[in-house]
Amino acid sequence: MIKVHNLVKAFGSKLAVNDVSFTVERGEVLGFLGPNGAGKSTTMRMVTGFIPPTAGRISVGGFDMVSDPIPAKRLIGYLPENAPAYTDMTVYGFLNFTAELRGLSGESRKKAVHRAVEMCFLDSVLYQSVDTLSKGYRHRTCFAQSIIHDPDILIMDEPTDGLDPNQKHEVRTLIRRMGEKKAIVFSTHILEEVDAACTRAIVIDRGKIVANGTPRELRQKSDLAGAVSLRVAGVTGAVLRERLQQLPGVKRCAIVREEPGAAWARAYGAKGARDNELNQSLYELAVREQWKLIELKAEEGRLDEVFRAITLPDTPATSKEQAQ
Amino acid sequence: MSTDAITAHSAAGLSDARAHSSAVRHITTIAKRELTSYFASPVAYVFIVFFLLLCGFFTFMVGRFFQRGEASLIAFFIWHPWLYLFLVPAVGMRTWSEERRLGTIELLLTMPITPWQAIVGKFVASWLFLAIALALTFPLVLTVGYLGSPDYGVIFCGYLGSALMAGAYLAISCMTSALTRNQVISFILSVVACLFLILAGWPPVTDMLVQWAPNWLVEGVAAFSVMPHFESFQRGVIDSRDLVYFLSVIAFSLFTTGVIIRSHRAG
Repeated sequence: MIKVHNLVKAFGSKLAVNDVSFTVERGEVLGFLGPNGAGKSTTMRMVTGFIPPTAGRISVGGFDMVSDPIPAKRLIGYLPENAPAYTDMTVYGFLNFTAELRGLSGESRKKAVHRAVEMCFLDSVLYQSVDTLSKGYRHRTCFAQSIIHDPDILIMDEPTDGLDPNQKHEVRTLIRRMGEKKAIVFSTHILEEVDAACTRAIVIDRGKIVANGTPRELRQKSDLAGAVSLRVAGVTGAVLRERLQQLPGVKRCAIVREEPGAAWARAYGAKGARDNELNQSLYELAVREQWKLIELKAEEGRLDEVFRAITLPDTPATSKEQAQ
Repeated sequence: MSTDAITAHSAAGLSDARAHSSAVRHITTIAKRELTSYFASPVAYVFIVFFLLLCGFFTFMVGRFFQRGEASLIAFFIWHPWLYLFLVPAVGMRTWSEERRLGTIELLLTMPITPWQAIVGKFVASWLFLAIALALTFPLVLTVGYLGSPDYGVIFCGYLGSALMAGAYLAISCMTSALTRNQVISFILSVVACLFLILAGWPPVTDMLVQWAPNWLVEGVAAFSVMPHFESFQRGVIDSRDLVYFLSVIAFSLFTTGVIIRSHRAG
């Protein structure tokens, strides 16, 4: 539904977005990750047609956003950053206004407003003026505006920013549910949201895409991915390390912590080892040595670590780990 | 012409008509919202009361309406260029700067409408608001009608000219409003621009130019002046040149507003 080719945006001599390409199909929820100022908002503003690109092509549902913006914009629902809304209008007036601009009239407009109000739980503030609303309600009002015409494409810039944990959860659930039938792009810098709602994630840094994959694929990039940590009672750290290093299949190991009467180590297997190969051989080692195994855990890899590693290339994840 | 060409032609005409009607609908929607938002805040009422009080003060106290002993509204209209100088920018200053301050411009311009529709819609709403304020001076018309037998045609022309002049000032205010998100700056800029339009033909200003500027420049600057155009309306003359003058100030300012908004988005 969305095809972006070699998108470039320059503000003066500064490249805010530098050669970004991606596609989003129906049924996909694409998470846009990146540090502040990485170019997430700028990319979204170009895709929604708010600002024109310096170079590159944006096609939305087959329509070119630059040369044929009206039909392209018709397909999109957009929640801008900070959820702006006309402060002097009531929630109902505001939703009616946006529905009207979306070309809905009469009975269908009434239905659309009603549906959006219900989905975003706005009943209790419907006739309240927007500037008297709390941040959460204000946010939901703008969110309701973005889904009022039941768009095929939903683009949201930090949709959970400033919401409390319950509201965050609601929004994520809503995104995941709607993502089954729509193409959704949303930006965030909260990594747990990627796991909670995305089918795919793009990490963007200094205007460039630095990673693109499913949350699982991204986690695999972590050094931690595939490592196994184990906690053993009655062994000192030195002994544990020695035994682990002798084990074939362990490339590297580190003692995470020594406690009185127990040691905690992490073993890294060779890249490309089969799933669970390392766990099994560690288990067998423990049985042979008659260790009292307190914990044996296969690490999945942590997204925040991957995020740091690829957006701060000077400090690789391994050195961080060793510094701990 | 082949039948294919004819159907293609009529289909194009049909879609043109549809685009046209949707443009009108979008403009109406935006204008309606703007107008409601004027009246949703106390600013509108304060403005109208203030406008009417000032009109009354200048007409009766400064313009000596009763002492003139003539059944005309000259004493009323003569102050309008100066009244509007401050009051119209106060109405127009928020049109775009407010939109940028709230961030709603991002919503508005990602809707399936063209920027022109938004610009015209906002302008029309503010113009209507000014027209409402102007229309509320109707007791003056009743007064002269009661006291004497005025030429209602001249009065109508005066009102028409006044509304057109308000529109020209307003379009300029829209333009300066698009320049900045700060309403105060937008207000000052448009007051200065409107003051230029008032003073451009004034002898002290033209005399200043006559010293050194070529004749065509002096005449060119003087031709920008709003005063002679408004004066002919006051005399009861609807001259096409005056109409063209006001309408082209409006069109030019709104066009420039569009250029400014586009250049902001282009970054």
